[in-house]
Amino acid sequence: MRYNIRIAVERKKGVADPEGKTIFEALGRLGYEKVESVRVAKLFDVVINAQDENEAKSVAEEISERVLSNPVIETFTILSISETGDGGNE
Amino acid sequence: MKAGVVIFPGSNCDRDTYWVLSKVLGAETRYLWHDDTQIDDLDLVVLPGGFSYGDYLRTGAFARFSPIMKAVADFAKNGGIVLGICNGFQILLEAGLLEGAMIPNKSLRFICDWVRIRVERNDTPFTANAKIGDVLKIPIAHFEGNYFAPKEILSKVEKNHLVVFRYCTENGDITEDANPNGSLNNIAGIANEQGNILGMMPHPERASEAILGSEDGKVIFESIAKYIKQKRG
Repeated sequence: MRYNIRIAVERKKGVADPEGKTIFEALGRLGYEKVESVRVAKLFDVVINAQDENEAKSVAEEISERVLSNPVIETFTILSISETGDGGNE
Repeated sequence: MKAGVVIFPGSNCDRDTYWVLSKVLGAETRYLWHDDTQIDDLDLVVLPGGFSYGDYLRTGAFARFSPIMKAVADFAKNGGIVLGICNGFQILLEAGLLEGAMIPNKSLRFICDWVRIRVERNDTPFTANAKIGDVLKIPIAHFEGNYFAPKEILSKVEKNHLVVFRYCTENGDITEDANPNGSLNNIAGIANEQGNILGMMPHPERASEAILGSEDGKVIFESIAKYIKQKRG
């Protein structure tokens, strides 16, 4: 089966996020006073061909840990897994 | 001294580094390709600056999986001297050969400028010819040189005196103004516990001849050459 998997990688709390800070400050200058903070993250849409959902998830976790994120400064979250329809998401 | 300069796809300081090692220092030097694995005959391996693999995902994220990086890790384990400059430093961090990580500069700008760095240790192969407190004028050129480490790692780095260089003023004072990129504790370069691996963001190969505006970077290459000569007896 082929699975669409969406993975988010974000900086750990306490790791500076200069991009998020810049966006936050720009929003402040534009008058969005209700916005209290902005953090920037990366989003990956991956198609994995696996026996079942468990295997797909374990491959997703392995690549997230080993390649997509740097565990020193980042954490990852598998946001969703679903079987692809015809053609997947590409 | 036999030295090798690694070329990853996207390296761009390999020729400058080769020049300094071979012409300025007179060392036997050769280029290494990223899928080379035969480096046992060398005394020194340099990972030069540049934008390996386009800096995609994270700086150094793909270079660390190059076949040569396995060889470099073994080389270092056996006491070989490894110097990572700029992107080379980022690769060493990604590979886990040095502690910590790089994040984008605090200013979110690519900075290409002269900086001053203070020598914090001279008991390493890279700084043996310098004195503690020496101020070196060496340029930086990077977007991601903002050294970060979680609290427990940073305190380990400091406690074990792994910091070799810190950004400083011309007088050698460690101040926030002298910190170009937001690096924690003004860290510009660190070593591993054994002291045979150094990563630094400033480019000593761009400051090893008077015509370039500074020769202060030369002390690093000369220190390595001296260390290797002594080691060989």
